[in-house]
Amino acid sequence: MSIGLEHYIVLSAVLFAIGLYGALAKRNAIAIMLSIEIMLNAVNIAMVAFSRFITPALLTGQVFAIFVMVVAAAEAAVGVAIIMAIYRGRSTVDPTEIDLMKW
Amino acid sequence: MGVDIAFWILAVVGVLAALAVVSLRDIFRAALALILCFLAVAGIYITLSADFLAAIQILVYVGAISILIILGIMLTREVQRGSPSNKFRIPAFLVAALFLGVVAYALFSTTWQVSTVEPLTPTTQALAGKLFGEDGFILSVEIAAVLLLAAILGAIVLVREK
Repeated sequence: MSIGLEHYIVLSAVLFAIGLYGALAKRNAIAIMLSIEIMLNAVNIAMVAFSRFITPALLTGQVFAIFVMVVAAAEAAVGVAIIMAIYRGRSTVDPTEIDLMKW
Repeated sequence: MGVDIAFWILAVVGVLAALAVVSLRDIFRAALALILCFLAVAGIYITLSADFLAAIQILVYVGAISILIILGIMLTREVQRGSPSNKFRIPAFLVAALFLGVVAYALFSTTWQVSTVEPLTPTTQALAGKLFGEDGFILSVEIAAVLLLAAILGAIVLVREK
């Protein structure tokens, strides 16, 4: 069986599920950021696969993937900055201990 | 045939690297596994004949974001404490498995209108036409520039010494 759309979407879903598990189950803010990056990459694979197999001449999915990369870069910069600011103030990056906005 | 073999190798490497990211206790090794996962995704883009995206995947993710994350790990000195799991480990696994099941069900119960048209190669010129040409995404490109500027300023303000 040759590689088709389903293979890529299953790969994308598996990567997204791994990232989802990591984002929910990790106790280190940096590890949660790594998981979120995996999820963004999984979404990009899905969009490029749809672009390749459904509308090969239009490339709209690839354009969307580029914008996802732009937003992911911005997210990574701001995320690392927030984690460093929290670490400076509280000497921890454990999200279960960062409960300033909980009541 | 060659593309099939490349897909399987890249998919297995990517999934194993992603599993390593969420299972390794050493956060620095998890970041290195994440770089391997990014490289596998770049290879997946090449098998999808998205050459420009593969190039910017390597430039932006492998080159920039991974360095940023490793810098974050170094500056927060959490390497010793590692990245343990919290008490929601089993519910998180169930949520991820449920998500995977729902996506697989939706995928295999839909009949996709797969086009037989050959994909464009190389894609760089066509993507430039899409992004900057008439009836393209030029407004989105300009908004993305403003977003990046805001992100840079926000990051500087957040980590600035008082």
